[in-house]
This record gives sequence, C-alpha cells and structure tokens, in this order.
Amino acid sequence: MTTFLGMPTTAPRGVGNLRGDEPFPAAAHKALQDGQLRRNLGHATTTIRRKSGAVIGELPDWQELREAGSTLKANTMARLPELLDQLEANVTAAGGVVHWAADANEANEIVTDLVKATGHDRVIKVKSMATQEIGLNEALEAAGIAAVETDLAELIVQLGNDKPSHILVPAIHRNRAEIREIFLREMPGVDPALTDEPAELAGAARRYLRETFLSTKVAVSGANFAIAETGTLAVLESEGNGRMCLTLPETLITVMGIEKLVPTWRDLEVFLQLLPRASTGERMNPYTSMWTGVTPGDGPQNFHLVLLDNGRTAVLADEVGRQALHCIRCSACLNVCPVYERTGGHAYGSVYPGPIGAILSPQLTGVEDNASLPYASSLCGACFDACPVKIDIPSILVHLRNEVPHPRAEKAAFGAVAYTMDHPALYTRAQHAAKLSRHAKKLPPPLNGWTASRDLPEPPAETFRDWWAKR
Amino acid sequence: MSSRELILGRIKAALGDTAVPEVTRDYRPAAGQEPDIELLIDRLVDYKAVVHRSDDVAGVVASLNPGRLVLPPGLDPSWVPSGATIVDDEYQAEAVLTASTVAIAETGTIVLDGSPDQGRRRISLLPDLHICVVRPDQIVASVPDAIARLDPRRPLTWISGPSATSDIELNRVEGVHGPRNLHVVLLGGSVE
Repeated sequence: MTTFLGMPTTAPRGVGNLRGDEPFPAAAHKALQDGQLRRNLGHATTTIRRKSGAVIGELPDWQELREAGSTLKANTMARLPELLDQLEANVTAAGGVVHWAADANEANEIVTDLVKATGHDRVIKVKSMATQEIGLNEALEAAGIAAVETDLAELIVQLGNDKPSHILVPAIHRNRAEIREIFLREMPGVDPALTDEPAELAGAARRYLRETFLSTKVAVSGANFAIAETGTLAVLESEGNGRMCLTLPETLITVMGIEKLVPTWRDLEVFLQLLPRASTGERMNPYTSMWTGVTPGDGPQNFHLVLLDNGRTAVLADEVGRQALHCIRCSACLNVCPVYERTGGHAYGSVYPGPIGAILSPQLTGVEDNASLPYASSLCGACFDACPVKIDIPSILVHLRNEVPHPRAEKAAFGAVAYTMDHPALYTRAQHAAKLSRHAKKLPPPLNGWTASRDLPEPPAETFRDWWAKR
Repeated sequence: MSSRELILGRIKAALGDTAVPEVTRDYRPAAGQEPDIELLIDRLVDYKAVVHRSDDVAGVVASLNPGRLVLPPGLDPSWVPSGATIVDDEYQAEAVLTASTVAIAETGTIVLDGSPDQGRRRISLLPDLHICVVRPDQIVASVPDAIARLDPRRPLTWISGPSATSDIELNRVEGVHGPRNLHVVLLGGSVE
C-alpha cells in the first residue's frame, strides 16, 4: 500500500483504543445477559435525562444556542489550517511549546519523551478522551512511568482493572455497592468501615489522592476547548482533580485533538452554556479552568500542547461524515440512546461508545475496522435531537452503512430483486411463489442473517395485482 | 516533512474547496438583561453554597471559625477578623478568603482571575473552606456578560458550588478534591 504524504490518513492499527476485539453484535449479546449492568445503566441514564431536561428547559434560547454551536464548529473546520496556525503562535507567545502528532504513536512518543526529560517517573492525569484514544497510559507504563488517573470514575475503572464505558462517566456501569467493593479491595489505606454512601466514597477518593496531588511534578490533561485568537485552553470538570493537575505540578502536558479549536474568546459563551447542561445536566459544572501559556508565579512553569491528528483528517475528508468532528464530548447522545442503554459502552469496542462512537470510531479507523458499528443503532433519531451541536448522527450512520463492505450474497439477492421488479411477468410469478411460502418464518442461507432477529413479513392471501385484476 | 506540515497538508487536502459557512448568533447576547441578585442567590444555594448578605465581611469570617486562614496578597485588610490565625502556606491552611472578578446570576458561577485580591490559583483550591466576597457591581446576568468582562490572558477559575462529582450513578454529590465548603459573602445591603 502506498501512502501519499499529506493525504488524510486513518488512525494506525496496533496502538490505542479505537478498535474492539469482536464485532458489536457479539459483544452486545454478552452485555445483554448482564442484568446488573442493565439496571445500573437504566438508573443512571434516567437520572441524567431528567436533570438535563430540567436545566435545558430553563434557557429560552436553547435552540438558538445549538444553531450557533453547530455553525461555529462548521466554520471552524473550514478554517482549520489558519486557526491552528493562530493557536500555535499565541500559545508560543505566552510561553508554551506546541508539538504536532500525526498519529497515536507519535503522540505517545512525544509525551513519553517530555516526561522522561523532567526526570520524574509518575504523572497525574485529568480525564481525557484523547489520551485514552491513543493508549497513552499503556505507552507510559511501557517506558516505566506510572500514570495516575485522578477523576473519580477513571479511578474506579483503573482500580477495578476495568475499561471505561461512557465518555463522561467511565464507571457508569458500576453502582455504589460495586464501587465500595472495588475501593475496599484495591485502595491502599482505605477505611474498612467504608459504607456505600456516595459522599463517603467521594471522601475516600479525596484522602487517597491528596498526597499524590501534592507530590507529583508532572501532569497530563486533555482540553475541552482551545481558543485560536488568544491561545487559551479550557478544561471543564467537577471534582477539583482537574484544578489540582492544572495548577500544582511544575510541568503540564496537554494532548488535544485538532478539532477542539474555537476561533474566538467570545465563542466560549456558546459552548459554556451548551456543554454542562447537555452533559452532566448542570447549569454549570463546579469547576472550569482556563489558562494561556505560562503565568509567572502561578501554576506550571512548563507547558506543552500536543496537537493530535490520528485519523481526524480522514474524517474531515468525508463531506457527510466530517460533522462528527463537531462533537464536544458531552455524551447526551449516549444517555438517550435505546441501544446504548441496553448494551452499555463496552460493546462498542472503542473508547467512543454510543451513537457518536458509532459514527466517529469507524471514520477514525477506516470503516472496514469497525464495520459493525454503523449498524449499532435503530436510527430512532433521539441522538440528533439531544446533540447540543446538532450533529445529524442518523444520516451519517446511513452514509457509513453504504461504505461498509457488503457480502456478495446480499448484492446478488438485491440484483435479482431489481431484475424481477423490472419484468412484470416475473414479478407476478414471484408474488405467487411468495404466497406459497406463507408459513415460512426464516430465510434460507445465505440470507438467514436477516431473519435471525426478525420475523419475515407474512404475504397477504391475495396480492394487490390479483385484486385489481378482478375489479 | 515535519508532522506540522504533514498534518496541515492533510487538512488542506481533506477540505478541498469547502466554503466557510456563516456563524448564526440568534441567542441572547451580552448586555441584554439586568442582573438579578435573587436569582444568583437561588442558584448558589441550589448548588450547596452558603450565601451571606452582609457588609461585615470580618464578622462573617469570624462566625465561621475558619481556623488557619490563607490570604491573597492584595486583600482588603478590613475583611480579616482581628485575632485570625493567618498562615502563608496554603498547604497548611484550613480556609481561604478571596475577592472575586465576576458572578453570573443565571448559573450561580463565580469567576476568579488571579488578581492580587484573589491570589494564585492554588490558594483557593487546597483549603477545605473557601470564603468568597462578591461586590454588587461584579454580578452579571448571563454567561455572555461574563465572557465580555473577563480577560482570557489571565488564569481563570470558574466556580459553581463546592467541589462535587456526578460519577456515582450520575447524581451530584458534594465534596471531592476541591474545597468542600463554599461560602459567598454578597456585599451591598445587610438583609440577613
């Protein structure tokens, strides 16, 4: 295979967490047998839908904000080269260092080298989808560097030797009793009298991480937004672990997808209204940190920004699919999706689960590596309605289904149908033949896949054409 | 070819001759509404902050028994109760007293920008009690109003209630890594 330099390229295989071990239907089948998982998910998604609906209802201009968010992102994507240039210049002028990473391997290498150069062997991390996508923790570990996740849900996942299953709340599949068990089993120095009261569980995490926050000299973060006009970065969070990572260490390394950009400072007035209400169902998340390069005497004095492609340019090259890059990672589409609510996030295989994952992952990897994901949806459209930046997820799902390699038998069958419908005599005969098979519930191989989970529609006793002929 | 040139080349190839769409801004703009102090109080209380309407900051601080108190360098000295235990090291402090830059009524958010009366970011992060003073002229109605007032080149911390998490069953629980107690003193009229 020849790769032309400068042509949009998908994310490489063998690194990162964009591809699952098995196709969605197989993984979903297993997940559906876990009754506890479905109860936990049903409870959590019902809670968040109620909260989010209430605070969205408080804003008289929610639809106008969505439209602004949507057009702002489309505008940004069309001007990406110019805006990235501007961001780089402004971050550099403010004392930061900008790095460009073509893919996951290069990003992991850059971050590993930067950490090694500090002479430290432990980093604290703020929850970041980009670093999960590229498998940064695994790469750091291979280089002898410990990466400590500080977000409560990430901590639950890390201590439980588990995988994240939701964009915003990676441990959404765990209930309070399970979290208590993980803490009792895996958290050094935990109080054995710990109950499953959420406030007590949060307190346990506070005590456990405090010393780590105070003694670790290097932090790795993602970014929710970067402002081209000023070089400012923004991280939205709840617990204060983000503030700890962004202000206490000497060195801060931020890994950010190239699509996270917004043109101007003013544009944040749109996204800071959209994101918290769509995401955690709050009017505003407890803490948002914004920083521009380095501030003398306040916060990390070494700041590195790693700009990541890893398949994003391949998404951008698809005129229909590129909207997926508008995503602000709120996870509202997961919370309303009837498929996600039943299968959970692990079934999607990628760090990006749910409806957005079903359109983002196949585009980042190339559709052949995630061929079942465009079908992981009933096309009900709830995700489109919930999306704060109006990504038309159902249309992109259909678009991607057309790009998935189709089996030869299916192609032959549809060819035969088309031929028959073109020839009236054949069509009449086919209808009569169908009548004879009235009691068949399943199609014969190789078409039996279609009827594995569906009943064949029953043909009527009399066809329309027969009825018409008798009139 | 550097990765920078490579990525920028890929983006240009991906975009081709994509037209730049207009941005639609039909939402409520800045300066459209009067700030509503009652709404601010309602929002702060809803997210478990404690609100004091008082001009006697030192009195409020003393009543909270703050213990070891850390202060930003440019704080109004009249706000500090006499006899308070002042420490220089935020790592040892139990409480912090700061001013603020902007308060947003609609969301119950207070923004600090690292000015001398607010101090560097870590002093309002490590202590368990944050007492934050808001002047009436610092209250704005909405997020766009706050954006219009703030300087993004300063380090900004937006605070909406005490530290919290939604990570356990997606319900908001107060008290993780940041200050677990947030007290807001609203100046300009003692209604308490």
